[in-house]
Amino acid sequence: MATFTFTGGVHPYDGKELTKDKPIKIMLPKGELVYPLSQHIGVPAAAIVKKGDRVLAGQKIAEASAFVSAPVHASVSGTVKAIEPRRVVTGDMVPSIVIENDGRYEEFPAMPPLFPGKNTREEIIERIKEAGIVGMGGAGFPTHVKLSPKAPAKIEYVIANCSECEPYLTSDYRRMKEEPEKLVEGLKIVLSLFPKAHGILAVEDNKKDCVELLKKLVKDEKRISVKALKTKYPQGAERQLIYATTGRKIHSAMLPADAGCIVNNVDTLVAVYTAVTEGKPLTERIVTVTGDAVKRPCNFKVRTGTLYRELIEEAGGFKVPPAKLISGGPMMGIALFDLEVPATKTTSAILALSKDDVSDMQPTACIRCGRCVEVCPGRVLPAKLMDAALHGEEETFLKLNGMECCECGCCSYICPARRPLTQTIKSMRKQQLAKKKNR
Amino acid sequence: MENTTADLHKVSSNPHVRSRLNTSTIMLTVVLALLPAAGYGIYHFGPRAFLVMLVTVASTVLTEFLFGLCIKKQTIGDLSAVVTGLLLALNLPVSIPLWMAAAGGVFAILVVKCLFGGLGQNFMNPALAARCFLLISFPAYMTDFVTDAYTGATPLAAMRAGEEVNILDMVIGRTAGAIGETSAAAILIGAVFLLLLGIIDLRIPASYLVVFAVFISIFGGRGFDPAYLAAQLSGGGLMLGAFFMATDYTTRPITRGGQYLYGALLGILTGVFRVFGSAAEGVSYAILLGNLLVPLIEKVTVPRAFGKGSTFGTSSAIGKGGSLHEKQ
Repeated sequence: MATFTFTGGVHPYDGKELTKDKPIKIMLPKGELVYPLSQHIGVPAAAIVKKGDRVLAGQKIAEASAFVSAPVHASVSGTVKAIEPRRVVTGDMVPSIVIENDGRYEEFPAMPPLFPGKNTREEIIERIKEAGIVGMGGAGFPTHVKLSPKAPAKIEYVIANCSECEPYLTSDYRRMKEEPEKLVEGLKIVLSLFPKAHGILAVEDNKKDCVELLKKLVKDEKRISVKALKTKYPQGAERQLIYATTGRKIHSAMLPADAGCIVNNVDTLVAVYTAVTEGKPLTERIVTVTGDAVKRPCNFKVRTGTLYRELIEEAGGFKVPPAKLISGGPMMGIALFDLEVPATKTTSAILALSKDDVSDMQPTACIRCGRCVEVCPGRVLPAKLMDAALHGEEETFLKLNGMECCECGCCSYICPARRPLTQTIKSMRKQQLAKKKNR
Repeated sequence: MENTTADLHKVSSNPHVRSRLNTSTIMLTVVLALLPAAGYGIYHFGPRAFLVMLVTVASTVLTEFLFGLCIKKQTIGDLSAVVTGLLLALNLPVSIPLWMAAAGGVFAILVVKCLFGGLGQNFMNPALAARCFLLISFPAYMTDFVTDAYTGATPLAAMRAGEEVNILDMVIGRTAGAIGETSAAAILIGAVFLLLLGIIDLRIPASYLVVFAVFISIFGGRGFDPAYLAAQLSGGGLMLGAFFMATDYTTRPITRGGQYLYGALLGILTGVFRVFGSAAEGVSYAILLGNLLVPLIEKVTVPRAFGKGSTFGTSSAIGKGGSLHEKQ
């Protein structure tokens, strides 16, 4: 049974009014474009071009080197300037292909369109793989892998994650408003792969207009329904979303497919549509450039590889010096120390804030108020996990279900003593995951 | 300012925003919520009640300040010492010698709180521990509820002696007792304020009061007698204890299940002390004993994590390990 929400969660200031009424603007990059070979979870792609090669927009420049991997395509026409490590949003240096844009935007010929009725399941999944589609909500899990569960017949729900619970982000909202047909078509393509599945468009109820719009669009679709979920962060976290829409619960070691579900983000489904019906690979996405330090907050259709600096410039630059720059939203985004990093397949927003809460507020003693426990969507005990992590008590950490934390940030957000709960738990989880891997 | 690429920006782990509510705001809210009870105490017992409050608050804050000087870390800004001082005063008889009230404040902060690591580390409610410290050290002064207005025993002691009590007087607070415990109505006004603001919730107070009422109905010797129950509930500092001291963050369990269990336990303990014990009140001892059991209660009430014990199979087609599919 659908519950339309989950237990826990928080209501941070959502800042969406800054950009929610700003139509998507097409943004053309000026200078060089950087394509990291690893924009997804899994094995990095392997470059198939070399320095000096001329490439066209939409041309594959790196191919998937394993099943859990995804190819990369050029988003402009130009010349390969270098293949070298470049800085990405996480601060890491990642091998990347650098292309000098010639400003002509010559397109690589599109692949022939496929039709779900006529073409086979394998052909469609192969197309999605070839188009380089990955989960565009942030995780970057290769979509073709997600769409290839062991038992496709057991998939009962395909959920379109339209909740966009992260504050400030309006990229999915604008996409739903301006191109809802593509979203629905994308969902229909995915549904065609799972004969027994029902499609759910899961929208938070702060986007009433989208709920109405989508309802109208799917009123004749027997296999698709729209569900309005309660507005609360992190409604769009995969496990919480599955629970809210279907009443099914999965833990961190399970995949949605284990509970008969497949979850895809709005932009991902649009990319599926573009790849299958228009034959075009994933080379652009919607990015919200926003925050109180940005002069003209707006939503852009961005070509992957565009540098963050150019995006900020396109939004009029800064009106006040930013105290904090974030890739993504304020709850789960990654803080940036440099704007010379490229937008990738998973870039949803650039947020520039004039105030930095984290450095303005010093941590004090835990008063055991229990608010972290109240808001934790994973139903763990953040305060105790933090203690265990600080003391290096691995056993306690594991016993208290530390690995079930989804790092959503609710505990740190709510803590009246400003304790870095999420950060501490996250570090311990990373250590434990690394240990597991090396074993 | 067009180009900021030259300067390095501050980085930190997510989340990058914080809610506005902080520790001192919470403490200030609790102080405000105690004002109706404190105000009624002053109205009822006269200006000396105010003097006792001043002395205890001054003594708790000063003790924490001096301790802070010693360890070179000032924490009085969090206002928790003010809460402790005020709560202590509300638990004292108005006639207590002022130096005793001050000594109680020193004991609460120095011995119970600071020596165990300060805010959040004390294993007992400081105000209650200080009250019991005074009760054991100076029993005559601590049980002397004779004032100009009231010459008698507390309502619960009177009931024990077989006298009839006026329930309306007890709800309003026109009885003998500690400064802040006599008026159930004034305490409830403050409690509702805290509940509405989300500073406390009903889990502990509700389970405490319900279990206590059930216990008294069964073992109280009067069966289910609404008048007797009402007197038991509004007397003996139960309301103050249930809403303001059993809900003390530091000394109550943080798990939801643990909070119900803790409340129920306090209900039983209070009932046991009142029915079978030698004293008529029992709330302070029940809560202190409950405080000691908190680590144990938390241990046995660790919640089931989201999705744990799911009935779906765990055979996954692809990928292993935690973070592959966390947020899409």
